[in-house]
Amino acid sequence: MREILGDLDRWRKAGKQVAVARVVDVEGSGPRLPGAAMAVNEDGEVAGSVSGGCVEGAVVTEALQIIESGDRRIVTFGYSDDEAFAVGLTCGGTIHLFIEPLDW
Amino acid sequence: MTALFEVLRGAIASEEPVALATVVEGPGVGGKLLVRPDQEPMGSLGDPDLDRVVARDALGELAAGTTGVRHYGTQGQANEHDVAVFVESFAPPPQLLVFGAVDFTGALARVGKVLGYRVTVCDAREVFATKARFPFADEVVVDWPHRLLERVGDQLGPRDAVCVLTHDPKFDVPAVIAALRTDVGYLGAMGSRRTTDDRNRRLREEGVTDDQLARVMGPIGLDLGARTPEETAVSIMAEVIATRTGRQAPSLRDAAGPIH
Repeated sequence: MREILGDLDRWRKAGKQVAVARVVDVEGSGPRLPGAAMAVNEDGEVAGSVSGGCVEGAVVTEALQIIESGDRRIVTFGYSDDEAFAVGLTCGGTIHLFIEPLDW
Repeated sequence: MTALFEVLRGAIASEEPVALATVVEGPGVGGKLLVRPDQEPMGSLGDPDLDRVVARDALGELAAGTTGVRHYGTQGQANEHDVAVFVESFAPPPQLLVFGAVDFTGALARVGKVLGYRVTVCDAREVFATKARFPFADEVVVDWPHRLLERVGDQLGPRDAVCVLTHDPKFDVPAVIAALRTDVGYLGAMGSRRTTDDRNRRLREEGVTDDQLARVMGPIGLDLGARTPEETAVSIMAEVIATRTGRQAPSLRDAAGPIH
């Protein structure tokens, strides 16, 4: 989360609604370690990343829903098989993200 | 009351060790506890006993620099799985001490910064050891390297690195001897094979043992065929990484086993 603190702070001060997604667990081969984080603000601006670019698009969608609903939950992404457009990690691992509003 | 986020950001900015525990599954999901050594924890995970147990465990994670999920009972019981708590450690950055304000120093400071190190450049010659020459260094110290180590050596640990680039025995020998007295994880000394042999001979004359010499990576760096200061910096920092992870550093293609 360290790398995105500057963006989080700027968005918070500007009064933006923000959701933060953090990698909490990785099984098998995963590109980023627990603690990797990305954030999305209400305008859809993005900071940071949680994988090698495999799931970031889907995380934006989840994060915008969480900004709307105020929920917090674990979202899991796994291997995407052969389905070319399914969201998943091509490296074969599984990552668990915790996504929550930045209301703390 | 100051928001937890502000306290977290402030602690990280001032390089204070801090851990953030978050309930990610179970009752009170989203609850947070911010833990710092020698200070009262801030926030709550929803139960005072759970807070107490997690605060203790988080200090352990912080000391080890690890981040991950731990499971507890609702009141912090071990071996129960009612609550999943994600503990994220924000340890201060590892340190890279570069001795010698030479051609290679600027590039090494830059690559060190890319890798997240706090970089200190130290040289006794004040004409060369200037912030203007090393804008990427966090600190530029005009002093003899061994004297700097006498002041800060006890702060060095397995994550930290000392690179001796002066290749002048007058500076190198006392610097290497002082670095050997620390727990620094990586100690490298620049120089050709001839310079290295000469330095090793001088170090032995000063009473350095073979076991101690085995800690010194000299000639410094991996065998990448590096020529420019930038390439050499990559070769040195790659060796720092390989030393930390205990790898031999062949190409991934020519090795087997997991990548991470």
